[in-house]
Amino acid sequence: MNQALFLSRLQFGWVISFHILFPAFTIGLASWLVFLEAWWLKTRSEHVRDLVFFWMKVFAVSFGVGVVSGIVMSFQFGTNWARFSAEAGNVVGPLLNYEVLTAFFVEASFLGIMLFGWQRVGHKTHFACTCMVAAGTLASTFWIMAANSWMQTPTGYTLKDGVFYPANWLKIVFNPSFPYRVVHMVLAAFLCTAFMIGGISAYYLLRGRFVEKARLCMKCALVFVAIVAPLQIIAGDQNGSEVLRNQPAKLAALEGIWNTGANVPWVVFAIPNEITQSNEDELSVPHLGSLILTHSWSGEVRGLRSFPRDDQPPVAIPFYAFRIMVALGILMVIVSWYGCWRWWRGTLFESRWYQHAWIWMMPSGFIALIAGWWVAEVGRQPWVVYGLLRTADAVSPNITGDSVLASLIVYIVIYVALFGFVGWYLLKMLRVGPVQAPQRKGIAKTPARPLSLGDED
Amino acid sequence: MSLVETLPVVWYFIIGFAVMMYVLLDGFVLGIGILTPFADDDEQRDHMMNTAAPIWDGNETWLVMGGAGLMAAFPKAYALVLSTFYLPILIMLIALISRGVSFEFRFKAAKSRVIWGFAFAAGSILCAFMQGLILGALVEGMPITGGKYIHDVTFGWFSPFSVLTGIAVVFGYALLGATWLILKTDGRVQRIAFDLTRPLMLAVIAFMLLVSAWLPFLSSNLMARWFTWPNFLYLSPVPILTIINAAALWIAVIRNREVEPFVLSLCFFVLGFIGLVVGIWPNIVPPSLTIWQAASPVQSQGFVLVGVIIMIPAVLAYTAYSYRVFRGKVLAGEGYY
Ligand code: HDD
Ligand code: HEM
Ligand code: HEM
Repeated sequence: MNQALFLSRLQFGWVISFHILFPAFTIGLASWLVFLEAWWLKTRSEHVRDLVFFWMKVFAVSFGVGVVSGIVMSFQFGTNWARFSAEAGNVVGPLLNYEVLTAFFVEASFLGIMLFGWQRVGHKTHFACTCMVAAGTLASTFWIMAANSWMQTPTGYTLKDGVFYPANWLKIVFNPSFPYRVVHMVLAAFLCTAFMIGGISAYYLLRGRFVEKARLCMKCALVFVAIVAPLQIIAGDQNGSEVLRNQPAKLAALEGIWNTGANVPWVVFAIPNEITQSNEDELSVPHLGSLILTHSWSGEVRGLRSFPRDDQPPVAIPFYAFRIMVALGILMVIVSWYGCWRWWRGTLFESRWYQHAWIWMMPSGFIALIAGWWVAEVGRQPWVVYGLLRTADAVSPNITGDSVLASLIVYIVIYVALFGFVGWYLLKMLRVGPVQAPQRKGIAKTPARPLSLGDED
Repeated sequence: MSLVETLPVVWYFIIGFAVMMYVLLDGFVLGIGILTPFADDDEQRDHMMNTAAPIWDGNETWLVMGGAGLMAAFPKAYALVLSTFYLPILIMLIALISRGVSFEFRFKAAKSRVIWGFAFAAGSILCAFMQGLILGALVEGMPITGGKYIHDVTFGWFSPFSVLTGIAVVFGYALLGATWLILKTDGRVQRIAFDLTRPLMLAVIAFMLLVSAWLPFLSSNLMARWFTWPNFLYLSPVPILTIINAAALWIAVIRNREVEPFVLSLCFFVLGFIGLVVGIWPNIVPPSLTIWQAASPVQSQGFVLVGVIIMIPAVLAYTAYSYRVFRGKVLAGEGYY
């Protein structure tokens, strides 16, 4: 394989996987802040106000990293995927531009007031700004998922001399996979955040710090997950049916199905072998595959062997990643429903090991999120625009392997360092915790005193 | 005139506007970063950074708008320019990361404050330099044949001229930053800003002259429009206004004015930018790719234009609102959240 191509793929996978962690967290946190602030406006409870301030700080740091890594993303298409940009830019470019217009500007401008404006605007105005930030994150999800889903299931275009021309924007935005995927993604982001909130609360409960506040947050996270995790499984199942319809090769890969046929078993575990085009050490449940995928006992599913070798996606990554995602989804339901049962029994806060379980589950949302994206993106290979434009034909003709190697190394070093620093500062904030927030001194034109409580050692 | 002919023209100005907004708004934020090494201590550095902390993100978004606009309206230009300037763009992005996270991390840090102070200054300087360098290389021209850049793909952008424009932009942003600090601060920090403004102004004028004098000798012939009779006559208001502007700026600074220097520095940049846009027109990637050749189809440009017409006034309105909320002097020690 051409070196620039291979390294560009590695680089794209790396920078987007890094980026998506932060949007997922901030999408959830922004809505969580709206909820908390509304709650505070209604009850004027001091506890809730302290929580608003605490989560706002966590939000600010994650958002900052989301922004800088996102700017990298918006240049990736041009620097590494110039042919893709030149040939599909007519379709993808406008979607990304709408994202800037309706989401990025909104988020960025109101964020300033949300973070720094507490002393400068009224409570209602401040709340309105928080709502705008949250709306911005969701608008962003809408457009970027439209762009990515169009690449998965392209519709509404005409193709002339290898260049895509938009024919019907409604069909482009609302392409077949978009509704499923945007729902699945928003729920995923909310789950990521809910597990962070629950995990952090569990940490305080175990230490006996901020107990009142931590209990509030824990209950919110628990109820939220208990409702949303099952919905996510339903959404995921719908997503799978859509993949079966529109991207049969991806489906075969993520299910590990090689031979076309009816009465497909569901492969619980196996080691897929692309060379022999079969599974080794397969453990499977008869009929269950047909049942899940076609919702009938003996429905027929296409196997990978029915696709030319050149059109088959890599199997191992989608296969394993899919299992990790599904397992975590099921685990989420178990953990949250068990907690609800304890709550009902009145023993939610009496068990230490259950708090530990929440701490262990903290990264579960993010792991499922990354796994899900890898299913979707690796399973789409060898295409960038499914069935129409190959990844190998999308890479920039102008770049050399050496340049890409240099940039890949730089991105790895910088992002690993960034990740360390973010983790470190988040831990630090966590140690300080939701302490009492500064009082408001009436709307001051020239605010007094430093307000930066709890940031410094 | 048909849409096929007019839409690219409209988009040329939209993207020009976005880039100009970026240069003006992020220019002064980067300028602050370039100037932080001149602060006496950490407290003053905080003071400087606090003047921009609530707004830097919105300012930077204009860069994303420029990039996404280019991809939507001139995908061929987006693909060609970005892949050709692979390394300078990489460095610019890394610099932007370093500058951007410093805003968040510096106020959280205790022992590592020094690192983020350094990351902020170094990121800002490097970013400004790279933007100037890319601009210079673009003005020199990107000769292409058969869709490929004819020079060395890895380092073709490196030349004495592009280095010169790189340094010029560092000084230019520093001037914007200094006059912004005059406007937004008081006390010692404002004094430092005043003291820096005069030499910076001289340097910027010198660079402007140097770059202008170099232009006729560039092989791209790009700026030829400027130096042919009678064009020069029609275009002469631009240099004349620039000279008047320089004089007014000088006087405003000498008189210790607080608002005028910033406004006049912005105008300085606007005039320079107009000069550039006039020179490049109608190319989007000089010398060989015109806006019509690079344009996306009417369906694409028209679709986004609707969004631009509705959203850009809204964006400007709430940007103005946000600046209003944070109007007035930022006091030393005024904090976070
Ligand atoms: C599902 C959501 C999602 C996905 C898949 C992506 N992003 Fe993202 N992005 C966001 C959700 C988001 C966000 C929630 O809107 C962020 C996170 C933090 C922030 O500032 O906004 C953001 C920030 C962000 C920014 C900075 C915006 C600013 O200046 O405020 C840019 C330029 C991008 N993204 C671009 C991209 C590109 C080109 C992507 C794909 C390849 C991408 N993002 C994937
Ligand atoms: C945010 C979550 C996303 C993740 C985690 C993700 C992950 C990945 C990964 C792992 C690959 C590499 C696949 C391979 O080479 O085998 C890839 C490829 C790609 N993705 Fe995504 N992706 C995401 C979103 C997007 C979006 C929103 C777009 C476009 C709008 C996009 C466009 C592409 C393109 C153009 C490639 C081709 C390059 C390549 O194959 O490496 N991705 N992605
Ligand atoms: C049992 C439960 C689940 C099932 C059956 C399921 C199913 C799927 C399927 C089939 C895809 C591929 C979609 C495509 O390629 O277009 C996918 C993608 C994805 N999944 Fe899941 N999923 C489940 C749970 C989860 C959980 C718990 C999370 C995260 C918290 C998650 C996050 C994602 C993400 C982020 C993607 C990529 C975006 C997308 O394509 O929609 N999933 N999922």
